[in-house]
Amino acid sequence: MVPLSWYLITSALLFCIGLYGVFARRNAVAVLMSIELMLNAVNLNLVAFWRFQTPTRPVGLAFAVFVLVVAAAEAAVGLALILSIYRQRKHIVVEDLDLLKL
Amino acid sequence: MTYVVFGLFGILTLGGGILVVTSRNLVRAAASLVLSFFGIAGLYVLLEAGFMAAAQILIYIGAIAILIIFAVMLTQRVAAGNRVAMNSQWPWALLVSALTFALLVYIINIVWPLGIRAENVPVLAADPTRGLGMALVDWGQYVLPFEVASILLLGAMVGSIFIAREQHDD
Repeated sequence: MVPLSWYLITSALLFCIGLYGVFARRNAVAVLMSIELMLNAVNLNLVAFWRFQTPTRPVGLAFAVFVLVVAAAEAAVGLALILSIYRQRKHIVVEDLDLLKL
Repeated sequence: MTYVVFGLFGILTLGGGILVVTSRNLVRAAASLVLSFFGIAGLYVLLEAGFMAAAQILIYIGAIAILIIFAVMLTQRVAAGNRVAMNSQWPWALLVSALTFALLVYIINIVWPLGIRAENVPVLAADPTRGLGMALVDWGQYVLPFEVASILLLGAMVGSIFIAREQHDD
């Protein structure tokens, strides 16, 4: 079996790719996609730790399932917000959405 | 053999992720996102978490990725290529991400080296999916978070319908 640290490195790299996307992308949908990548990296970490540390108790699996639920809710609400903003302002460029700025 | 499959799915995951954050065309980015999710599902299979692999395919690829593609189509005017994909701070973002990755690698390899080798991986419980299902409805374990998660899904559904509907001033 592949060592645990390989999974951890893969997951860390995926998380950092998602982090870069959240910071650097201009489009709000792309930012949401990057957040999904980060959540996936966390899930991979949880499942890997479950397999290698506590395979007899489903702790990591249960947490991964809850992360899945929160990711689904986040995607639905986030995309609804993006649609609503697009209707009002005709663009979804994140850096121009300065509604809360004085 | 396992290493080859791990490398294949790892490349699929990370390559898909890189394409998601770099491609200028949003439809292409969404397709790369599906690729990346598929690679993660393969890694779950390698970790012998069959339920998580199936849930990954069903929920992430079947629901979330399709939802994102719908959002891209509905906001098509901004999705049509040849605009700048990155904001002006992308070098700083790259620097921060690289530093975070270096920190994580340092922690994984130096601070807490777990040192689980191929020889001493613990054996799996008889039926992990059954164990997970029992734990999710067991009174002593996860039944409260399970119910809270269902309320959260209901709230998210009602909220997104309310936010995304057409506004009529009458």
